[in-house]
Amino acid sequence: MTSPQIILAADVTTNRQHANVAEVEQKLGSLELIWGISAVRKTVLIIGLAIIWQLYASYLDNPLLFPTLSDTLVTLYDRFVDGTLPSRIWTTLQVLITGYVAGTVLAAILTILAINTRIGTDFLETMTAMFNPLPAISLLPLALIWFGLGASSLVFVLIHSVLWAVALNTHAGFLGVSRTLRMVGGNYGLTGLSYVMRILVPAAFPSILTGLKIGWAFAWRTLIAAELVFGVSSGQGGLGWFIFENRNLLDIPAVFAGLLTVIIIGLIVENLVFQTIERHTIQKWGMQE
Amino acid sequence: MLQAVQQKNNPETVSLVTPAAQSAGAPLLTVDKVTLRYKTPNLLITATEGVSFSVNRSDRFVLLGPSGCGKSTLLKAVGGYMAPVSGSIHINGRPVKRPGADRMMVFQEFDQLLPWKTVLDNVMFPLMVARKLPRKEAEERAREYIDKVKLTRAADSYPHTLSGGMKQRVAIARGMAMQPDILLMDEPFAALDALTRRQMQDELLQLWEDTRFTVIFVTHSIAEAIKVSNRILLLSPHPGRVKAEVVDVDHARQDDGSALALERDIHNLLFSEPGHRE
Repeated sequence: MTSPQIILAADVTTNRQHANVAEVEQKLGSLELIWGISAVRKTVLIIGLAIIWQLYASYLDNPLLFPTLSDTLVTLYDRFVDGTLPSRIWTTLQVLITGYVAGTVLAAILTILAINTRIGTDFLETMTAMFNPLPAISLLPLALIWFGLGASSLVFVLIHSVLWAVALNTHAGFLGVSRTLRMVGGNYGLTGLSYVMRILVPAAFPSILTGLKIGWAFAWRTLIAAELVFGVSSGQGGLGWFIFENRNLLDIPAVFAGLLTVIIIGLIVENLVFQTIERHTIQKWGMQE
Repeated sequence: MLQAVQQKNNPETVSLVTPAAQSAGAPLLTVDKVTLRYKTPNLLITATEGVSFSVNRSDRFVLLGPSGCGKSTLLKAVGGYMAPVSGSIHINGRPVKRPGADRMMVFQEFDQLLPWKTVLDNVMFPLMVARKLPRKEAEERAREYIDKVKLTRAADSYPHTLSGGMKQRVAIARGMAMQPDILLMDEPFAALDALTRRQMQDELLQLWEDTRFTVIFVTHSIAEAIKVSNRILLLSPHPGRVKAEVVDVDHARQDDGSALALERDIHNLLFSEPGHRE
């Protein structure tokens, strides 16, 4: 009678499992590695575009319509050194941070109410449905009547632009927290605010961060646009006013310098600040969607 | 409530449902004529009807039945996540009203660990928020139980870097570290591959030998039920009713074929009624 048998492979080496790793893994070439970094590729693209800008503007030779890159950079440098741009940036950022923080806090209160009570949910859903499609800038004329020409009008418009985006995403994030995690939180005896803060907020963090990013983008664009409309009244204008003012003075390189500053600050916050937060939270936790 | 149970040649393995007679003192958990219903958008579903059982200290109690027999719902009710329509659930003489850390749950899903906490923090967290242990003590106890489930080297990893089996081990360590009255396990190994599942069953038994904790274990695998339990409650589906209770399951042995015979008996019992196929 035959019975099952195990026949070992001839070259099996049971006690040296990792002896053949070198044949499986092979290093990529260094050029291939560098080209694999997206930052490198993007830098190359930007340098390419900068060269085209410089060449085309020199060829056009019309600083009133299209100043060269070098003119723009020189103006940017000058305005930085003489303190105009830093003080404009500071004015803008002050208003921005006030509005952003106020909007986020309001959003937090609304969503916590919404997750704990049914009427709160209904309120939040109705309000976001109504106000989310309304561009914040369209409230500016009204805000000017209510709060006068000044920072408070801008803050009001900013709160409107941040609040609904953050509240909508946070609420959606809370609702998307898996039933298992909710039950785990209940199992630990967590209720009310401690349940929200210790379970729901970290579990919904990817959505909350998305909301904060969208809120930031809305706020930044809204503020620059609002400052273009007015800003001189608040004693000293912000970046948007800087752009508008220099257009009136036909100082086009300064207009370009202002626009460049808006782009750079936007990039820094969107890519540096938020990406750093992302790296230290949702990427580390393996929660990136 | 008690269904007529087929008499078997081997009365030791399949017996009539009896009130927990073999234990000294009052049972740890009593479930008395519990009927559970839950709503779907357009239906009211009766998950279990008049189910009674009791669990003694250090029992490895398995709820076994085909899908639709309400065994997971029953476990949720014991966990305090839903209230019975009628009947009562008592633990240590106190009625169960809400979820609590005296009944730690281990779920089937891998996402039961908090992804923003390391393995160590995951085990420490309930010790600190529910048991109010100081950080140092919580860490000590957490490390002890992480060692027990052989995850010492992964203590500082985040859950998303672990395999399914490792995640379930963390969940078990987290539950055991709390030293709850009962550990409630809802098909904890169902999502694992067959090899890992067998290994986890062995490890669970070993842990039980160590600490003799009380556990209620839900499964739909007869073999798994026989392997991990000392008592099995068989439920019939639609709605869930007690069909039989199997006691002294730990006397069944793999080597002399008695475990296989018991498995066959239970299978025949569960699928004897026409129309109740899975």
